[in-house]
Parts: sequence; structure tokens; C-alpha cells
Amino acid sequence: MRKPAEFYQRDRQWHPPALTPDYKTSVSRSPRYSLISLQSSPSEITGPVFGHNDIDPLDKDLIYNYAKAGESAIGERIILHGRVLDENGKGIPNTLVEAWQANAGGRYRHKKDTYLAPIDPNFGGCGRTLTDETGYYYFRTVKPGAYPWRNWVNNWRPAHIHLSIFGTGFAQRLITQCYFEGDPLIAKCPIVKTIPDEKAREQLISRLDLNATIPLDTIAYKFDIVLRGRRSTLFENRLEGN
Amino acid sequence: MRQQLDYLKETPSQTAGPYVHIGLAPGAAGFDIYSHELGWDIAGPNAKGERIRIEGLVIDGTGSPVKDVLLEAWQPNSEGVFAHPEDGRTVEKGFRGWGRVITDFETGEWVFDTVKPGPSLGRNGKMCAPHISLWLVARGINIGLNTRLYFDDEDKANADDPVLSLIEWERRRPTLLAKRSEKDGKIIYRFDIRLQGEDETVFFDV
Repeated sequence: MRKPAEFYQRDRQWHPPALTPDYKTSVSRSPRYSLISLQSSPSEITGPVFGHNDIDPLDKDLIYNYAKAGESAIGERIILHGRVLDENGKGIPNTLVEAWQANAGGRYRHKKDTYLAPIDPNFGGCGRTLTDETGYYYFRTVKPGAYPWRNWVNNWRPAHIHLSIFGTGFAQRLITQCYFEGDPLIAKCPIVKTIPDEKAREQLISRLDLNATIPLDTIAYKFDIVLRGRRSTLFENRLEGN
Repeated sequence: MRQQLDYLKETPSQTAGPYVHIGLAPGAAGFDIYSHELGWDIAGPNAKGERIRIEGLVIDGTGSPVKDVLLEAWQPNSEGVFAHPEDGRTVEKGFRGWGRVITDFETGEWVFDTVKPGPSLGRNGKMCAPHISLWLVARGINIGLNTRLYFDDEDKANADDPVLSLIEWERRRPTLLAKRSEKDGKIIYRFDIRLQGEDETVFFDV
């Protein structure tokens, strides 16, 4: 009998390190001592469980979830869809995916965002959904705009959607950003480049997916998300990972 | 040619950025969009055990409070049971064990109310001292930081805790101890998190 046990070790060379001086804010916010490595125990293998009572079906539709009746958000209508998988390639069902983003002009609905592009009165900029039994998720939204940010004086963030994912254990908790294929700003961005490996950076670029569009209505991008996988305990007489 | 291993690579992390509140705590940030905000009630009304408040600051390498952090907490109930199917036991109705808070935009203070967790099972049948797992993200943090909050009135359990014992530098262990006090009849534990500098908090690769 195979029972799920501890998580595969996180590949810290695939993720960005804490200290990345070209992304200036990281300098004073990065721990200097090494992380202490822990093998998984029940504190890490377990994690919060969410259900359909926690969210509203409209939460995943950013074009309408903050719009006045009969109106909708301004911008290029897109579907962002894909699967949440583990490193073993298995879909993760019923897991919470949360998204937030700037509007089509590159402006966030946030009091700290003072960019001169206007707020869209019909766009809030956040959404959430649960994956289905195969790990599939989708959002409908507008494509976010690029925007300037203070790092160097001429830094522009590529268009991106922030994503937060839970998985089944607290050790799988992940926040990332999804970019869009073909955007020339991706290669210039100091936040993208906190990730040292080119192949790892490419994993954050969603692909245009013409098979998933709604013709004459909404264009689509595909973005699969991979969370940490778990070992199997192969034999009952072996000590479990926890 | 040799066979290929077909494991996938974990999606790389990116910073939560300065606007994390819009996505994960819109209500707390004064933005009314969802009918039901997640993570504000960790223990629920039926939880047994001691009601406690936990408060603190997140402090950066210059000694300044960080005012745009989001923290998540994960803990078992007062009997050491996790609200998760793999635990195999049940918890009080409404006990979730998970919470989410943001730091105050002006002061950087964060606070959450919960019940004190009981000792819980660690690896290989060994018990862990009562603790709350914390995960924090913010602008300038490229990958979420994991730490554990232990309680300074649990000397005996802390001394036997397998995770605290793993920290080779004994003088760093107190960075994980929340300090108990009482204020207006309320039990308060203070837990300041130092990202860098003197008394940098111990963070874990979990």
C-alpha cells in the first residue's frame, strides 16, 4: 500500500534567493543566516481546508465581481486557466487559488498606488476559486497593464497576475506571479530576474491558448501551477515520514 | 538513451509585492468586495482551551517596522489536533486552525486572537512543544518565510522540543519564544519577528 508521507525537499536553487540586490527592497528584508532545514512533521503536512461555503461562484470573474449591474471592467477580456499539479504530475483537487492584479491601465485599487493611470470604477482586481476534482481552475478577467515602479527610476513591471495557492499542506504554500508570452518587459524586470534559472523564469510565462478562447468574446492564456510533491510510504512496516 | 524521470518542477516563487492586501485581505485593507473574508477567525466560538492574543512587529534590517506584511498562522487545537483529514481526529465545530492578518499600515503592529495550541505530534512519534507555524510574505521577500512561534511559559516542553533542539546556536532559540503578559484580563503573547540584524529570527526550510 502506498501512503503519502513527507514532501520532496524544496529546490532552493530553482526559487529566488532572499537577497537579490537588483530588487532593492529585498536588501533590508532578507534574512542573513541560513534557513534551518526541517523534515516534514504533521505541522507541515497538514494545512487549511477550504470549501464552497467559503467563496462565491462570482469571485472568479473579475470582469463582473466588482462591476455595477449591467456594466463590466474595461480592457482586453481574457481567461486565465490551467491546472494545479504536484511534482508527481497529479492534479490537486479542491485547493484555493487567489488572484490579484492591476487594471488594464496598470493601476491597482490600493491606497498606496498613486500611478496616474485611472481607477476603473467597475474593476476591483481580485478573485478566488477552488480547483475542481482534476485540479483545474480558471478566472475571467482583463489583461493587466504594465506600470512603472520605483526601483531604478525607469523600471516597468511586465503585465502580471499575482497568484496565491495552498495545496494540502502548509509546506506547499506558494505565492507567485503569472506573466504573458511575448511581453518584452519580462526579460528586463528585476523581480522576474530574482529567479536565477532561465528555465524557471519561463515556467512563469503563460501561453496564448487559442483552443480555450470563447470566439468573438474572450481570449485565453494557459498557466499550470506546480506545488511540491510527496513521497510515498511503500511498505506498512516502514516508519511513516511523520 | 537512459530513461527520463518525469517529475515536474515546483512553480518558482515571486514576491507578494506591495498590493498583497487587495488579493488576500481586501476587507482588512478597507476594500469591500467579498461577502466572506477568509482567515480572520482561527479558533471559532466553540474552541476549548485558553483564549490568547498574539501581537508583534516585523522588523527589517534597519530596525524599522515593516508595514506591508501579510502573515498566516497554522496551528492545532488545545488538544494538539489539526483540522485536517490526515490528522484522523476531530476538532470543535468551527475550529479551523488557520488565520491571516496584515500589519497596520501606520505602525506595523499585527495581532490575532486564537486559543493556545496543545502539544502536537512531531516526527517518529515524538511530541512537539505547543507552537504555531507562521508564514510571512511582503514586498522585498522573494519567497515566503516560515517560522514557528513557541511560548515562553513552556520551559519543560520547549527544552524537549525536537525542532528547537535542532537549532545548533542555543542563543538563537529565544527568537522563537513569544513572551506572555496579562493586560485587562487578557492573555497577550508578544512575538516580534526580526528579518535581519541582531537577534534575527530563526527561519525554517520546511
